[in-house]
Amino acid sequence: MGDAVVTAVLDEVPVAAAAPAPASRGRLVLARLLAAPGALVGLAVVVLLFLLAFVGPYLTQWHYTDIDYSALREPPSGTHWFGTGGLGQDVYAQTLRGLQKSLIIGLLVALLSTVAAGLVGSCAGYFGGWADRLLMFFVDLMLVFPSFLIIAIISPRLQSGGWIAFVVLLAAFNWMITARVVRSMTISLKEREFVRAARFMGVRPLRIIWRHILPNAASYLIVDATIAVGAAVMSETALSYFGFGVKAPDVSLGTLIANGTDAAPSYPWMFYFAAGLLVLFVLAVNLIGDGLRDALDPTAEAGRRRSTRSERKSRQGKA
Amino acid sequence: MTTVTSPLLAVRDLRVDFAGNRKRARTTAVRGVDLTLARGETLGIVGESGSGKSVTALAVLGLLPGTATVRGSVELDGRELVGLPGNELARIRGRRISMVFQDPLSAFTPVYRIGDQIAEAVQVHQKVDKATGRRRAAELLDLVGIPDPDRALDSFPHEFSGGMRQRAMIAMAVANDPDVLLADEPTTALDVTIQAQVLDVLRTAQRETGAALVLVSHDLGVIAQMADRVAVMYAGRVVETAGVDDLFTAPHHPYTLGLIGAVPRLDRAGGPLVPIPGNPPALNALPPGCPFAARCPLATDECLVAEPALAGPVDHQAACIRAAQLAETRPAPSDIYPVPVFPPPATAAPRATLPPVLTISSLRKTFPVLKGNVFKRKVGEVYAVDGVSLDIRRGETLGLVGESGSGKSTTLFEILALGKPEGGRIELLGQDTATLTRSAAQQLRGQLQIVFQDPMASLDPRMPIGDIIAEPLQALGTDRAVSSARIPALLSQVGLDPAHASRYPHEFSGGQRQRISIARALAVSPELLVLDEPVSALDVSIQAGVLNLLQELKASLGLAYLFVSHDLSVIRHLADRVSVMYLGRTVEQGEISAVFAAPRHPYTRALLSAVPLPDPAAERTRTRLLLPGDPPSPTSRPTGCAFRPRCPIYATLGAEQRTPCETTPPALTEAAPEADHAAACHYPTVELV
Repeated sequence: MGDAVVTAVLDEVPVAAAAPAPASRGRLVLARLLAAPGALVGLAVVVLLFLLAFVGPYLTQWHYTDIDYSALREPPSGTHWFGTGGLGQDVYAQTLRGLQKSLIIGLLVALLSTVAAGLVGSCAGYFGGWADRLLMFFVDLMLVFPSFLIIAIISPRLQSGGWIAFVVLLAAFNWMITARVVRSMTISLKEREFVRAARFMGVRPLRIIWRHILPNAASYLIVDATIAVGAAVMSETALSYFGFGVKAPDVSLGTLIANGTDAAPSYPWMFYFAAGLLVLFVLAVNLIGDGLRDALDPTAEAGRRRSTRSERKSRQGKA
Repeated sequence: MTTVTSPLLAVRDLRVDFAGNRKRARTTAVRGVDLTLARGETLGIVGESGSGKSVTALAVLGLLPGTATVRGSVELDGRELVGLPGNELARIRGRRISMVFQDPLSAFTPVYRIGDQIAEAVQVHQKVDKATGRRRAAELLDLVGIPDPDRALDSFPHEFSGGMRQRAMIAMAVANDPDVLLADEPTTALDVTIQAQVLDVLRTAQRETGAALVLVSHDLGVIAQMADRVAVMYAGRVVETAGVDDLFTAPHHPYTLGLIGAVPRLDRAGGPLVPIPGNPPALNALPPGCPFAARCPLATDECLVAEPALAGPVDHQAACIRAAQLAETRPAPSDIYPVPVFPPPATAAPRATLPPVLTISSLRKTFPVLKGNVFKRKVGEVYAVDGVSLDIRRGETLGLVGESGSGKSTTLFEILALGKPEGGRIELLGQDTATLTRSAAQQLRGQLQIVFQDPMASLDPRMPIGDIIAEPLQALGTDRAVSSARIPALLSQVGLDPAHASRYPHEFSGGQRQRISIARALAVSPELLVLDEPVSALDVSIQAGVLNLLQELKASLGLAYLFVSHDLSVIRHLADRVSVMYLGRTVEQGEISAVFAAPRHPYTRALLSAVPLPDPAAERTRTRLLLPGDPPSPTSRPTGCAFRPRCPIYATLGAEQRTPCETTPPALTEAAPEADHAAACHYPTVELV
């Protein structure tokens, strides 16, 4: 799923038609992606994390709001797998609940902000003129808003919207710099002959952006998206720390880590399970991002080293 | 010419390796080159890109980067240069050996004045004061024909045009009367009339200083014109060396023979060229045996065993085991290389009966010159295209010739935009583009396709070539299944393996990429193909294959071409009609053999005489018509004839006869009624000496 999320941003829509001989780009990229061991490992880890987050809670009798007064600050044991917290909360149940929140927030915020940045940046760069001026005015406006203050003011009113509203809010303040970079990349790509060629062939502007501009800006977008995943989880934490976003008794990985930091030396289980899962998550997303970037870039050293052997084999097989 | 006693410069067994970055293997660029140069002699080094010719030149001067290892010996007057410490080499560079680089813009420091840079070159090597250095710089600029040298001394490099910079570069190179002048592709970046000027300056400089000249070039014409002796390089080695006449009339190496056959010539009409099959080998993975064997039509099993050394009489050596046989039989290039046979062209109907494909009349396009940062205001206009007229009929090839800045590309983009032109009229297949609706324009795009100059830049590096070729089909709304079914046929039509459809552009060589571009353009079965310098980025042997393909497609599909090029030989080879542009105007057009045989406009005459022929004997008998100066800036619209400031005819006219040139812009007028040959000149019949 993690893969699908990131792929959908940049890749061609998978082609359903049973085309004869030549494989289209979508399929080639998918084949290259699946041939990269790093990307596969990352993908597997993300899938496992989702399984853990959504199936894991059913494996224990404890709910994340339950409080076991008989076990305060107990180390991991048969009854409380990850130990208990200061009030007797089950750390296992809390961590998984937090993981659910953080996985979704992290991936969705990264996805939304990258899509917004790609769309706004490439349209502004490609169309130029008034479209460019208006969009860039909007971007600059968003940049000068003190985002933290605005989120702090708006988020109490969005309580009814739940976490989705929170995701949108986080994403809304996270895309502008990327958009500016994408715009300048687009401006230089627009002058390249292959984009001109497409224009003279009568390819429509949005299609040119989709087929030519975005794939060529993909390396940057992917790197940016993978960094945004970790950043989103952390900014959610910061907001939660000040009482916005995720509120007690609800938890996220961020709030767990923030609360567990003080206790880490004496009660390591209250900190390290949440922190470890976060590190694992960000690492896995980075691996997928790397694989995807190499898969999209046919000249990538790494992609070639890893995948050409298998590609060549399959090519020989076909021939 | 060659004195056997003591050569001025002797290169023996020169080898250059470049250390590989990270884990990549080291690359050998030069693998044992032997050259000798006598005093006052001109040695031409010719070869395709990657053959090691530039590296050889740089290695002589010790100018290679630190990653390069140079072995072997370079002796100047008996003094070994390889391994000499940097400060001693520096005393020789510029003093005894100097260099003229390909790109004169990057060879000058942009922040210093030209005069200071030349004076510096003098002062570094001679103990003279500043005033003397400056005086010497002015003399040198005068020597290379820069007008008003005293003022030019205070100019910055960016204020000079490309040709002027290259002259100044030559002035700097001869500042200390060097013994050896190394010129590395000195005219490659220049237009043909400017090239003729620069080559002339180079000859003058050589005559004045008595220096020996090493001229590195890929252009056989330039070599034939300039060199006394020629060394042909292939895959990091000299494969043949001989006097220039011997080399061109009786090459002993099949590669040289192929190169000669692959060059289109100004003095010959169409027909197939001789392509050398395949591509040059990668230098870090050379097969055992002769590196040319894979492309050689004469290769035998013996060629695969060991690499032949240069052998033969001193004045004509070749590295081929069949050199003697070639020397004896003297085959023509087409005798040993397979030459494609074109299908016969469609019946030659009279031109007037053919339907027009593209008609342009007095097209105009200006660009505003803007100034100011916040509020841009218009301070002037660039007249990029100012009166272009041309027409193309079905199945016809029109060659559009002009130097850089003549408005060729702007004309193309105006045609391709399929919009309302700023002035004039464009008619494509009988439809006026100014009145097209959006959907009609989209439909018309299918009839008009383009092939760009740079085959790497015009293909999306992130798309497999199958998708690239299918793109125009999909843009016209063709079903995906239908379009992908057409890909294999298109690929084999342009001579590529259909099984490679899922590869990316970077996996192909330059010539193959240009074929992919052509396949993409052919995908929608257009009526008119616009070719924007399609072969100028390719090596000669590869270019021949692409030109043959274009000729074949034209014959078999009945395509019309609008072929834009600065290379008149290519135009001569491919086009049926030609249209010459100068400063945004059509100055002459007509049936190709008529125009080339008896050009009526002085600019066309100068262009034709500036093109070097790959034939030393013919070169020596030609008289050259050199144009003074550079094309003026198109920001001012000249009154009268735009060519006047450079016109050799205008210069000979009396004051009264000059009046029409100064006041009336000449109109395109036919040479004779009904003749397909028109020129825009008031005095088209004046003879020039």
